[in-house]
Amino acid sequence: MALLSRKDSRLILDPLADNNPITIQVLGICSALAITAQLKASIVMALSVMGVLAIGNVVISLLRNVIPGKIRIIAQLVIVAALVIVVDQVLKAYSYELSKQLSVFVGLIITNCIIMGRFEAFALANGPWRSFLDGIGNAAGYGIILVIVGFFRELLGSGTLLGYKVLGDPIEKTGLYAIGYEDNGFMLLSPMALIVIGIIIWVQRSRNKALVEAE
Amino acid sequence: MAKFTDKNSYTILFAVIMVLVVGSLLAGVAQGLSGRIAENQRFEKQQNILYAMGVNTNEGTSDVSFIPATEVEPAFHKYITHQLVIQGDKVTEDPEAYLIDIKKEEHMAKEDPNYVRRLPLFVGEKDGNTLYIIPMRGKGLWDAIWGFVSVDTDFVVHGVYFDHAGETPGLGANIKERYFMDDFQGEEIMSGDVFKGIDVAKGNNDPTNKRKDDQRVDALAGATITGDGVTAMIKKDVGLYIPYLKKLKNESQKTEVPNAVQDTVEPTDSIQ
Repeated sequence: MALLSRKDSRLILDPLADNNPITIQVLGICSALAITAQLKASIVMALSVMGVLAIGNVVISLLRNVIPGKIRIIAQLVIVAALVIVVDQVLKAYSYELSKQLSVFVGLIITNCIIMGRFEAFALANGPWRSFLDGIGNAAGYGIILVIVGFFRELLGSGTLLGYKVLGDPIEKTGLYAIGYEDNGFMLLSPMALIVIGIIIWVQRSRNKALVEAE
Repeated sequence: MAKFTDKNSYTILFAVIMVLVVGSLLAGVAQGLSGRIAENQRFEKQQNILYAMGVNTNEGTSDVSFIPATEVEPAFHKYITHQLVIQGDKVTEDPEAYLIDIKKEEHMAKEDPNYVRRLPLFVGEKDGNTLYIIPMRGKGLWDAIWGFVSVDTDFVVHGVYFDHAGETPGLGANIKERYFMDDFQGEEIMSGDVFKGIDVAKGNNDPTNKRKDDQRVDALAGATITGDGVTAMIKKDVGLYIPYLKKLKNESQKTEVPNAVQDTVEPTDSIQ
């Protein structure tokens, strides 16, 4: 017996590619531009969004029949803000190092449009288990793009991956630097994240013509 | 038929309950974890001070590697021999000087011209050298930057530690990368008898930082304002300690703890 029904597994698999929150729904772009200069920050952000989105989706889903429609956006904001603060405080108490890496990005999690988008579009209309899977799937789809962008920006911008020098030493002129390679400082600037995301969107739509909007 | 959740009275009641529940939850979490968080922050400060004086586990790695939090307290008491507080002409010893909030002190001195700010100074011993570790705080591009610098009795930098609240990852945030901090080791902060600090300089034609008497280290590409902030922070805060350190140097042909300290200090049991 499969762990998840076909319908449930689509909640996780669809956002990874054909319904990706960044490349297809064009959500969460701001944080993807801001924090992808390093692969480590991209991974930490992806995991944090996954935690907040999955739990937030479940909470909203449980409350979906009692949240007044007039203040539902405020209620969603309060819940996501509270969750982020709780996560941050728990990390500060029990995993101080990780909380320090996260600190810059906590505000960005609260303002991440994917979170509000999934609360509004899915959790308000579905049960807690399916909302949980939807949260995991969408955060994973968001995380994949963040990791791809972070990979190329750190590799081409700093010559490192997760802080390790993989292209050689730019000062001692070893590895690729010995044959004249130079780091591309533009890769560390936010506009280059937009260009890398644009390239990913281009590649994805070239491979799957069904994603291209009819003119 | 209208749903019961559409009523104004229900909306107001829901909002009130939501605020109370979320507020209580956050207050409870903050209250429950505050002790642990404060302890972690205390250990972090001790780790940073020790890092600046070269007590770390950097060997064999290219990253910043602190003494583990579980071992930092005994290490701090082992290596930091004296914690001093300089307040005007008065120098006293305080076993909790490392907890002094220098941001608050700076603010109070700015607000009240009569207030003489307290300057914490840590005296450490490592490999037979006496080191003075000085806390600093300044402004980066987006937010605060801070750190510690340790100098020996000849005003040569033994090590530094920098941190920031919100500099750009990959650019200004690199002030807390080891390759940048290591460049400060061996730099002289004085030119003859004049305090110069250390300039984070663009295009200083010394990228491997071999020259140690030029008061300059190589800047970080794309992080001009953060680098300028580091330069200004060192000049502003280390400069405050120079008169006292010069006085110590003049007096300390005797190598041990300065007379000025001994004159004014009541030794306490907690100081090793």
